Amino acid sequence: MLFAIGRRVLNVIPILLGVSGIVFVLFNGVGGDPTYQMLGRHASAQQIEELRHELGLDQPKWKQFVLYLKQVATFDFGRSYKTKQNIGEMIRNGMGPSLSLAVPAFLATLLCALTIALVAAYSRGSWLDRGLSICCVMGMSISALVYILFGQKFLAYEWGWFPISGYDSQFPQMLGYIALPALIWIVVSLGADVRYFRAALLDEVTQDYVRTARAKGLSEPWIFFKHILKNAMIPVITYVVIEIPFLMMGSFLLENFFGIPGLGSITVEALTDSDFPVLKAMVTLFSLLFVFGQLLTDILYTVVDPRVRIS
Amino acid sequence: MKIRKLAKTWFSKLGHDRIAMVCLAIIGVYVGVALLTAMGWVATPWDRVVGGNYQAPSLAAPSLWFGTDIFGRSVFYKMIHGAQVALSIGFLSALISIPLGVTLGALAGYLGGWVDDVIVWFYTTFSSIPSILLLIAIAFVLGKGMTTVYIAIGITSWVGLCRVIRGEFMKHKEREYVLAAQSLGASTFSRIFKHILPKVFHQVIISFALQFQYAIKSEVVLSYLGLGAQGRPSWGLMIDDAKLVIGRGLWWELTAATLGMFFLLLALNVFSDSLRDALDPKLSTTFK
Repeated sequence: MLFAIGRRVLNVIPILLGVSGIVFVLFNGVGGDPTYQMLGRHASAQQIEELRHELGLDQPKWKQFVLYLKQVATFDFGRSYKTKQNIGEMIRNGMGPSLSLAVPAFLATLLCALTIALVAAYSRGSWLDRGLSICCVMGMSISALVYILFGQKFLAYEWGWFPISGYDSQFPQMLGYIALPALIWIVVSLGADVRYFRAALLDEVTQDYVRTARAKGLSEPWIFFKHILKNAMIPVITYVVIEIPFLMMGSFLLENFFGIPGLGSITVEALTDSDFPVLKAMVTLFSLLFVFGQLLTDILYTVVDPRVRIS
Repeated sequence: MKIRKLAKTWFSKLGHDRIAMVCLAIIGVYVGVALLTAMGWVATPWDRVVGGNYQAPSLAAPSLWFGTDIFGRSVFYKMIHGAQVALSIGFLSALISIPLGVTLGALAGYLGGWVDDVIVWFYTTFSSIPSILLLIAIAFVLGKGMTTVYIAIGITSWVGLCRVIRGEFMKHKEREYVLAAQSLGASTFSRIFKHILPKVFHQVIISFALQFQYAIKSEVVLSYLGLGAQGRPSWGLMIDDAKLVIGRGLWWELTAATLGMFFLLLALNVFSDSLRDALDPKLSTTFK
């Protein structure tokens, strides 16, 4: 088992190099020279030269790449072009607000989606199942932005149930601000999640062990909640683990819209300010989180599921 | 000839599915409207002033069905033109992602060995960057404009198809018909593209339908971030415009864009499910 885990850990290295390569090619290769944008229209050639030297852009590309790899390894992405703030610090500051929205919203979505999926799968083929399926598909056919706009307009602006936007890092006050974004988060992701979980549950319904359980004379609800639910947890957990790195970013649309100063907002601001290093750091950060999230899932499987260990 | 035969078997599997046919008809209507606007036969010119600014919807003329925007242009015409933008993004991004996914997937699955290792490494790397961030990053570095939107959406959407095609080729390459072709002297190229590819081509069709949904939703996000279409009325831009005025109760532009997207996305969504159920029964999402 240790061997299998070791092999998976080693597998991560070429992936990390590849991700760094893509990000580097995008920002330092295709992206063009950020100095023109930073200095504006009336910069002299000498100013541009100085700034290029300061940012290390006059170095050969391979040296820049090595420098970037060093940044990735030490997690020190330098400073923002715009605010001159340390990017590591920006990330640390943004993590709290992002997580305060993402974690409760994600858990609530999971709970709702699993419950609805269970109801749909249990009553499979009935009008209830079909109705739920139709609702899911219809819900998925509306852009997330539309939910945000209408949600803010009616729930906050017209009816005044929630604050229109803003954030407070103190605990009880925070709840008021994250309630509406969290609610919209749930509505936006429910459709796809329910469909996925329902499919995962129905995959198990046709398995041999279910037939055996029925032949033994077990009751249908018992089979469903004891046997099927347990086995369907494997794809569900995979799905959940893959989602976790994205929680840090939250939904950048939601954060940006409701003025929550999280990582998503930082990303959108970096985009509008053409803040190269911040954007690069964000892409790198979330890719790394994703890779390690996957690694963690793989290792968990190796530990939990003996079949994975052998193959 | 072969394609016709394939299309016939696909159609016979799908033809009795009435809901799928309705969805196909809806998609057909959208394509028709997009073609007509591209020809300049309906709803032109979209940027003509037809009334006062932010005029509320009225039934007086078709151009006023969804009211007017900030410059007094018809929101209904903009919505119709949005279909053209949305479909062109779907098609052109698919022109990038599908050849890429099919070729790489076929080579990896059929050749195996180091080719497979390299391609798997490549797509694993690609899919490790959260697609929304990769989309933003590509759109950001390439600069604004429609070409950027096509490329960004195309490049971020080939991995799924590549994985599926690779798996199918791995299954098919040991089948008897391929071995027979090989012993008759068919080249590797012809075995991959002439013999196996038609057998797994339904995956491409399914992926095509999924591509459209991804493309339309991504366009909205890119437009919101200011990286989307420029100078052409797209649904994303309409929603983006509406965000500033929705607080004042000017709901029609947002509603028009939402309705335009809703029926197309719904039809595509249901249709791609039916396609999958009919052509690839083992992935069936509905319980039979």
